[in-house]
Amino acid sequence: MSAAAHAEHDHAHGHAHHDEGFIQKYLWSTDHKMIAMQYLFTGIAMALVGGFTVYAFRMQLAFPGMPVPGYGRVTATDYNALVTTHGSVMVFWVAMPVLIAALGNYLIPLMIGCDDMVFPRLNRLSYQLFLLSAIVLMASFYVPGGAFGGAWTSYPPLSAKAEYNLTGLGSSMWLFAVALEFAAFLLGGINFITTVMNSRAPGMKMFDVPIVVWMIIIASILFMASVGPLIAGAVMLMFDQQLGTGFFDPAKGGDPVLWQHLFWFFGHPEVYVVLLPAMGIVAEIITVFSRKKLFAYKTVLYTAIGTGVLSFFVWAHHQFIAGIDPRMANVFSVTTLLISIPVAEMVFVYIGTLYGGSIRLTTPMLWALAFIAEFLLGGVTGIFLGASGADIYFHDTYFVIAHFHYTFFPIAFIGSFAAITYWFPKMFGRMMSETWGKVHFWGTIIPFNLIFIPLFLLGARGDHRRIYDYRHFPDLMKAGMQDLRILATLALLVLLAFQVVFLVNLFHSIFRGEKAAANPWNANTLEWQAPSPPPHGNFPQGLPNVYRGPYEYSHPDRAEDYWPQTEPEAAKS
Amino acid sequence: MIRPIATTREMTGMPTGRLAVWWLIASEIVIFGGVLGSYLMHRIGHKEWAAASEHTNTWAGAFNTLVLLTSSLSAVLAHNAALRKDGKRAAKLLWATIGGGGIFLVVKSIEWTTEIQHGYTITANNFWSFYYTAAGLHGLHVIAGMIVMMFVAADAAKGKELQRVENAGLYWHFVDLVWIFLFPLLYIAK
Repeated sequence: MSAAAHAEHDHAHGHAHHDEGFIQKYLWSTDHKMIAMQYLFTGIAMALVGGFTVYAFRMQLAFPGMPVPGYGRVTATDYNALVTTHGSVMVFWVAMPVLIAALGNYLIPLMIGCDDMVFPRLNRLSYQLFLLSAIVLMASFYVPGGAFGGAWTSYPPLSAKAEYNLTGLGSSMWLFAVALEFAAFLLGGINFITTVMNSRAPGMKMFDVPIVVWMIIIASILFMASVGPLIAGAVMLMFDQQLGTGFFDPAKGGDPVLWQHLFWFFGHPEVYVVLLPAMGIVAEIITVFSRKKLFAYKTVLYTAIGTGVLSFFVWAHHQFIAGIDPRMANVFSVTTLLISIPVAEMVFVYIGTLYGGSIRLTTPMLWALAFIAEFLLGGVTGIFLGASGADIYFHDTYFVIAHFHYTFFPIAFIGSFAAITYWFPKMFGRMMSETWGKVHFWGTIIPFNLIFIPLFLLGARGDHRRIYDYRHFPDLMKAGMQDLRILATLALLVLLAFQVVFLVNLFHSIFRGEKAAANPWNANTLEWQAPSPPPHGNFPQGLPNVYRGPYEYSHPDRAEDYWPQTEPEAAKS
Repeated sequence: MIRPIATTREMTGMPTGRLAVWWLIASEIVIFGGVLGSYLMHRIGHKEWAAASEHTNTWAGAFNTLVLLTSSLSAVLAHNAALRKDGKRAAKLLWATIGGGGIFLVVKSIEWTTEIQHGYTITANNFWSFYYTAAGLHGLHVIAGMIVMMFVAADAAKGKELQRVENAGLYWHFVDLVWIFLFPLLYIAK
């Protein structure tokens, strides 16, 4: 070890001088922090695309046939493409890059006390593949036939045959973009896992690793273990589309349900791939802002692993109405209800952490608390859908849409806003405006509930999803149903408008915000021991050693209410 | 680019490169698992595929199995030479492995050409679709392994980055192992 430590000392000088041009610094960098920023801003840009598409098709649902300001008339084909793009973009090009790639890249090396990822150039390549995948997806809007319109789940035979979906090239480009994105995240995941396994700071034992890092690692392993069959499936579907094979074509002896199995074998673990990092972010924030040790660190860890393992045995609950064997449906109902136990336990542990703490309602803390409350609603409504009997009624209704968004919006947006507002001082060396942060918070949370509570009500009344124009379905236009649709759409407009507050606050604070100290929240974890923002190489005073776990807040023997992981025992006074 | 300190740390006791190759292999296992799982599900449901698989060239497949196994042997010997810091010999043995991959691909092309000429194309029926997809995906991995080994061999000949000989070998054994599954499932199973 001493020889290695000596070698590390020699290396540390290598990072001292860096005079790079614009391209070298912002576009071709191998620095994990710059790559994280690339993912973050690409994710934000894609969120604007996802937001615009939902604006266009929700307007069509509320005010059918009327030209949408800024878009024009939404045709039926447009509607399909918009819905598909909204789903794909928000899951694959917003939640994944922001929660896993941006935060993983930014936090992992800083939080485990090293200078970069173990494979910096592989890291750069991952981002470039990801960017390419986003470009391919966006380009598919401009090819003959337009963008793919077969939903983000891309079920064959609709997705497999151009004569059904009318977007021959668009569907293949969608598939190619998704496969490329998976390759990018597989490479990124290998980098994350190897970095955390091998490159932690001296003294950082398994249970000294902050929960958010654990969560990103567990998520990366889940992703890696589940995405393979879908990559294989994507190749098969691509051949069906372009070569005319019949893997998923019943007329040629194929099986369309096979695609559903391959998709959901990935698709369900994917939910936990994005949930776990968001849970980790919340764990970091609630400990810091309740000035309390995380209640039951190991329980959180074990429940996360338990959730991960169980998530491989629940996928067919997406297929209860796809004609699978009812005996199978029983098994998958049981596993689905089981998986709510570890997730609920995690929520209880977080509430236990809050209990008796001295809570500070900063903007990130508000987001973290909102995450727990809103995700809870999403989780509870999932139980209705996990039970195969109820699911047969609910599955093709807006109830599913509302349930999904009560889980996914907290994950992808509430979780990301929590993370961005919490780590902003570290990322940019300045503080975000608290006042505008809180305005944005309430302007997002209230309309969010006003969008999706009406959708729950609609779903319970049997409102079928996947319908372009409800005027053709008199049964679904009865007593107030259209009013609920209009309410949801108006709430969406308010929600979208308040995102401008966030963007202005973000960019204003990046350039004009108040300067931030190295550790503005008095937090323990290693990233707060580096300067804000950290230079290339992260820790100019030398890479840290670790002496204790990450959550030693309000320790009875200490005058200060926090105890950084890097502070040696002897410094106790 | 200066290699970061992160790359030089070994908290697990396993060098970072080798650890990453193991994770890469783990991710590849599920990809091939997806193809083979789908194939097996179909195969069990379609007894008539046995008739289609009789048209595969079992002798060519067997010869290719032998070629790949031999190329894995030279990969092990290359690792052995690298451990003795004999970079030149390691490079030569790696080139032997690359040669094995080359023979495999040549035999494969002849096989496929003959089959396609007899009308057994990828769209002939779903057995042939799986046959070309699974073996094609494997073939891409053979090509990727050969390219990687060319770079590793070029470095090893100069005595540089000798630890990579083992990592490339690990990957090559995996590619070999996939074929060990593909050969009986696609050629022999009746």
